[in-house]
Amino acid sequence: MSKARIATTWLDGCSGCHMSLLDIDERLVDIADQIELVYGPLVDALEYPEAVDIALVEGAVSNDEDVKKIRLIRERTKILISFGDCAVTSNVPGMRNEFRVEDVLKRGYEENASCHAQIPKQGVPHLMPYVRPVHEYVKVDLFVPGCPPPADAIFFLISELLQGRIPDLSNKTRFGA
Amino acid sequence: MSQQFIIEPVSRIEGHGKITITLDDEGRVSDAKLHVTQYRGFEKFCEGRPYSEMPSLVERICGICPVSHSLASVKACDAILGVQVPETAVKLRRLLNCGEFIQSHALSFFYLSSPDLLLGMDSDPANRNILGVLKANPSVARDGIRLRKIGQQIIEWFAGKRIHPSWVVPGGVNAPLSAEHRENMLAMVPEALDIVQRTLTLFKQSLENYREEIRTFANFPTYFMGLVNLQGNLEHVEGKLRFIDAKGNIVADQVDPIRYQEYIGEAVEEYSYLKSPYYKPLGYPEGIYRVGPAARLNVCNGCGTPLADQEWAEFRSLERGPVMSSFYNHYARLIEILYSIEVLERLLQDPDILSTRIRAFARPNYSEGIGVVEAPRGTLFHHYKVDEYGLMTWANMIVATGNNNLAMNRGVLQVAKRFINGTTLTDPAINRIQAVVRAFDPCLSCSTHVLGGPAASI
Ligand code: SF4
Repeated sequence: MSKARIATTWLDGCSGCHMSLLDIDERLVDIADQIELVYGPLVDALEYPEAVDIALVEGAVSNDEDVKKIRLIRERTKILISFGDCAVTSNVPGMRNEFRVEDVLKRGYEENASCHAQIPKQGVPHLMPYVRPVHEYVKVDLFVPGCPPPADAIFFLISELLQGRIPDLSNKTRFGA
Repeated sequence: MSQQFIIEPVSRIEGHGKITITLDDEGRVSDAKLHVTQYRGFEKFCEGRPYSEMPSLVERICGICPVSHSLASVKACDAILGVQVPETAVKLRRLLNCGEFIQSHALSFFYLSSPDLLLGMDSDPANRNILGVLKANPSVARDGIRLRKIGQQIIEWFAGKRIHPSWVVPGGVNAPLSAEHRENMLAMVPEALDIVQRTLTLFKQSLENYREEIRTFANFPTYFMGLVNLQGNLEHVEGKLRFIDAKGNIVADQVDPIRYQEYIGEAVEEYSYLKSPYYKPLGYPEGIYRVGPAARLNVCNGCGTPLADQEWAEFRSLERGPVMSSFYNHYARLIEILYSIEVLERLLQDPDILSTRIRAFARPNYSEGIGVVEAPRGTLFHHYKVDEYGLMTWANMIVATGNNNLAMNRGVLQVAKRFINGTTLTDPAINRIQAVVRAFDPCLSCSTHVLGGPAASI
């Protein structure tokens, strides 16, 4: 059997969902032969490759680079998974939607700065006016709630996908947990 | 014509970063910058939330060191309440923190950096990851998985959850430690010690192979900052600030963290969402200083635990003054794991550790609070203001990685100058430029609680 080509990425999240993925601990060794990690923060690929089987997307869509990235991921991926509450609902990152982007930036870079107070603009992405969940930009094939989803749910998810099944996770994870 | 390279994303670090390198007309590296490309806005959007929500809210800044954020947060909240936290609760907070240091440092060393250290900086990029290590050196990979798991399990035994445990609360902790979990934790100590000691041996033997990296990975004089206890020893949760200069002289000591704004300023550069803190008495950017594992071992008088003290002495003998190369952060991380295991064991044997007096209750009595801890990546500051109902009106956070921003940028430039020859960017150069960033183990989603996103091009 050829290995499943798996990519992971984080948009606006905290990396907790990725850490929960690593919390499958030794079970990683058990599935290591069946998967190939082709992109993501744990590997060295600079570019999102073609023909990815499964993408786990952590985090919400928060800036213009996130938008470009999620569209590219959709184009090149068979099964795109909204991985964790931030991706599914925009969760904590979405809390900034109550405020205007300028005010959010001002707090960080003008009010709370003692030298060169200014809003960074050069070589950094622009914040979108609202933080949005992934499915508002692209079609999502599977939603995995949880903040983060528990490692057992993630292991079940990957094992089922490797068997060619789309799992039902409703009794394995929930929002917030 | 001048030419620019972009490396994006910076891989095997936590969060979003990109590096630009500028060459001059002669094709020599003239500038290099680390852009942190995510901004999240916690300092603003917490406005209007009750202070008591902050510990679990700020855990969502970082999935690797949620415990550090919640600890800094509850300390700021303790100050807002104006309570004295019961002694057992203070110890339990430290215990929880030991679990976090073990897992976070294990993540950095084994999952993120061991591919460079074991497979080699120049090895095939397709295998340069934890799965590649698992293939080439299964026993080391298994040690790493196991050690990280031990740290995570300690957190889970306290809180019922490994990530975002929400177990520390303003005034103390949420629940006492059970006798059963105490035994479980003690039972893991010998294995954890074995793993870290054999990794230390292995790592020290390999140092020879990394002379060039040691020479160029942010190897320049700076100030250092870290918390120390009353004896001047290493301290992660309580303690006061100490600053030393590049020669190792103490320039400020036992500084109460609530005075942090007298010592630390925050500058903004237009190319990054990560601010650049500096040591105020020296001004900007001369006030460059470093924090984190090596910085802590540089500023302290010792660790205060027997095994870690031996390693500390050996570490400090690497150089006459403070250890300058940030490559040695990897080494310091292993020593801090050892220290954390020793502290863990000591605290678990404390006769009061099972006490059920673990929380002080009060309403908000003060309008402002500051909480400071050492996170795995360095000193972390949370500063809150609340109104009469205890609703947040303002927050400022200086996150561990931010403190190192100036040094990371200079380190990237140093490595780029050394390893880029000519006008093409090779994989060994790309990897080393990223590896110097990895040596700092930056947590870029933390750092821009205010931080953002990658795209790939060279
Ligand atoms: S869902 Fe929770 S754990 Fe996952 S990225 Fe968002 S805040 Fe972090």
